[in-house]
Amino acid sequence: MRIKTKLRLLCLALAGLALSGGTVAAQQATEINGAGASFPYPIYVKWAASYNELTGIRVNYQSVGSGGGIRQITAKTVDFGASDAPMNEDELENAGLIQFPMVIGGVVPVMNLEGIKPGEIRLTGELLADIYLGKITKWNDPVLRKLNPDVNLPDRAITVVHRSDGSGTTWMFTNYLSKVSKDWADQVGNNSAVQWPIGVGGKGNEGVASYVARINGSIGYVEYAYALQNNLTYALMQNREGNFVSPNVKSFQAAAAGADWENSPGFYVVLTDQPGADTWPISGASFILMHRQQDNPEIGKAVLGFFDWAYRNGAEQAIELDYVPIPESVYAIVQRHWAKTVTGPDGAPLWNGGGK
Amino acid sequence: METHLQQLTVPAAIARQLRWNAVADLLFRRLTLLFAIFVAVLVFAILVALLVGAWPALSRFGPGFITSAQWNPVTEEFGALATIFGTLLTSTIAMLIAVPVSFGIALFITELAPAWLKRPVGIAIELLAAVPSIIYGMWGLFVFAPWFGDEIQPFLTSTLGNWPLIGALFQGPPMGIGLFTASLVLAIMVIPFIAAVMRDVFELVPPVLKESAYGLGCTTWEVTWNVVLPYTKVGVVGGIMLGLGRALGETMAVTFVIGNAHVLGLSLFMPGNTISSALANEFAEAHGELYVSALIALGLLLFLITFIVLALARLLLLRLSRQEGRTT
Repeated sequence: MRIKTKLRLLCLALAGLALSGGTVAAQQATEINGAGASFPYPIYVKWAASYNELTGIRVNYQSVGSGGGIRQITAKTVDFGASDAPMNEDELENAGLIQFPMVIGGVVPVMNLEGIKPGEIRLTGELLADIYLGKITKWNDPVLRKLNPDVNLPDRAITVVHRSDGSGTTWMFTNYLSKVSKDWADQVGNNSAVQWPIGVGGKGNEGVASYVARINGSIGYVEYAYALQNNLTYALMQNREGNFVSPNVKSFQAAAAGADWENSPGFYVVLTDQPGADTWPISGASFILMHRQQDNPEIGKAVLGFFDWAYRNGAEQAIELDYVPIPESVYAIVQRHWAKTVTGPDGAPLWNGGGK
Repeated sequence: METHLQQLTVPAAIARQLRWNAVADLLFRRLTLLFAIFVAVLVFAILVALLVGAWPALSRFGPGFITSAQWNPVTEEFGALATIFGTLLTSTIAMLIAVPVSFGIALFITELAPAWLKRPVGIAIELLAAVPSIIYGMWGLFVFAPWFGDEIQPFLTSTLGNWPLIGALFQGPPMGIGLFTASLVLAIMVIPFIAAVMRDVFELVPPVLKESAYGLGCTTWEVTWNVVLPYTKVGVVGGIMLGLGRALGETMAVTFVIGNAHVLGLSLFMPGNTISSALANEFAEAHGELYVSALIALGLLLFLITFIVLALARLLLLRLSRQEGRTT
């Protein structure tokens, strides 16, 4: 008997604890939770730490991948999600979500060839597609030699390295290849994971990078920040204007500047193969996802407050970590979008232009 | 019971204590029963959850899910053949390498090693079993694969690769990454498990049995084959199954070195995929109901494969025990 009463007491105590925990969270938003893309994880965490020092609000971000982020925000287990690949208007409408761009990144082809230094090899989009389709199999293929007359290209087989996990990086990469190569669009297509005709798969940017470092004559693709921090041998890419550009903050921002954010419903903007003389052709934005109607207005306001702060004050930290911040003109558009779409449970708008 | 106690006029305090003991016994028995049932319910619940999750893919593709090697997230056509093939192939090769080696290790420790060497070797084996699998994966990728790709693979391709029939197994660029490397890393991972179990059961053989055999003039090999192994076969098969179970389900180490491509190829030097590495790679980013469902269906298949393997092991043991005492 005594044990039973003790158990009962314990249960009551636990239930009480759970209840009180719940009410605390509901009354004051001191903590917001997000999950999603792994690519922007370092910068979101850095922003979160600075923001916590400033305001005392804790922002937790789990890097579970873009797909996981979309699943979690749809199931409302987090307050915001993050995805490298934009959701299209229908998908957003069905899930009751809005999305907005937070940082810009790019995808860089990297390779491992003896005696070749970063930026020495020039590639075109079509050529890259042919390599990944398995049509061009040798580094001294006539097409490659014609494009790189000054480089001593070896008679070596090309080993293609791709991502084995689904990823926003793959989404951007295959989106670009689909735009520049009809064969790629017909045979493989564009998604965060595809059926690769050839090659080996590495898990994550680091998996691809270590396979590329390991295999002589290999070519892979990684996020720009990753290529930069690890001194990988990147290639120059030909953009739409015919110029060969190197991947850097300027060429990514050139891609973002040319895009028509204002007239893109749901910010469905893909930055691959954009016009502009300096544009890096495989760029893309990483997005934040939120529910249009926030069940808890306090948390909704806290999330918007955090990203508002990040837009206004986060650019420097972003550049430090080799991310490309969103241009101010785009931020103004995002703000107007917030004011129009994000509401509390009663339908009242949560964002009033932010004049914090 | 109680009348008996009353006759002896036990002091009230002791009587209360005894009654409490009886209640505690009952509670304890119920509690252990609860735990036992909980495990069974859990297995069943996992199976049901997998079935429910896998249903969209299974109903869409039917038996074609098992016979198709397509894995195309863009057109949403999924088949498990390449991953099933990879899982079974890597585990089979791993066991082909690991079982004889483990047997040798266990035999050495229990029968042949000088006394001062038994403990250090035994402890080394146990330490090997405690190494986390990701360490094996990193070792495989950063140490073994480069050496294998540069030194061994070209040699194998130029010699064994020219042989008829088996030559096709050894084709491909010398990357050091692929099905064979994955199998080898798996073998090294399961050796300590199998060897440790084998050693423990070998040590359980009553010395009197072995000594009698030696007394009859048996060699060490004859003693092992005709006395030790028959006496310990349940434990030995159990150890092998433990190793096989680990090899079938191993995730991270394989993901590091297998090359992660949904390709159905004959060559051991080409990249492949196993069920668990496909899950580790793709689950987090899987987009769309059918894709997730196909991955869960892969999990269900792995569950079934493991179940079938265990059932076969049981069957094998049953047949062995029926043969007992018939031949020597």
